[in-house]
Amino acid sequence: MAMDLKEIETLIKEALPDAVVEIQDLAGDGNHYSATVISNKFFGKSKIEQHKMVYNSLKGKMGNELHALAIKTKEQ
Amino acid sequence: MEQQTKDLINNEISNNEVCLFMKGTPDAPQCGFSMAVSNMLKILEVKYKGVNVLESSALREGIKEFSDWPTVPQLYIKNEFVGGCDIVKEMYENGELKKILEDKKINFKK
Repeated sequence: MAMDLKEIETLIKEALPDAVVEIQDLAGDGNHYSATVISNKFFGKSKIEQHKMVYNSLKGKMGNELHALAIKTKEQ
Repeated sequence: MEQQTKDLINNEISNNEVCLFMKGTPDAPQCGFSMAVSNMLKILEVKYKGVNVLESSALREGIKEFSDWPTVPQLYIKNEFVGGCDIVKEMYENGELKKILEDKKINFKK
């Protein structure tokens, strides 16, 4: 199972419309990605909450279709 | 999640000050992310319990529900979920991990 880079970006942007999203396919196998997400919706939230917001935007795909997504979040 | 699984997780995180739910064991991690967190704890000489989620599918799924966090590894310090690989790595790099260990009175190499 694999996921398209664009699909990940679209899902994150749907949930966090202001976000600047940068995704890299780390292994070139459509299964190991890293995402840097910058959004002002992260303000006042803990890192755990910020990462959960990104996970939630992927609607349960994380850990299933998507094996590995390294996340970095930043407030704008 | 079955009560039995919930009890098992609660037991592990209350009986071990530092508890890492991981794929594989501290000596033989089965996944790069689990290995990364495991190594950071080793470098800091933190005494921790590694719980191998690959030993039981109930545990592997249960831990995700328990913390509402979709991935493994998961690090708990004194009953509190600290984060997964990315967060722990960030905290290791910016010194926050040491600060948490200090605040929670866990022995580590300073």
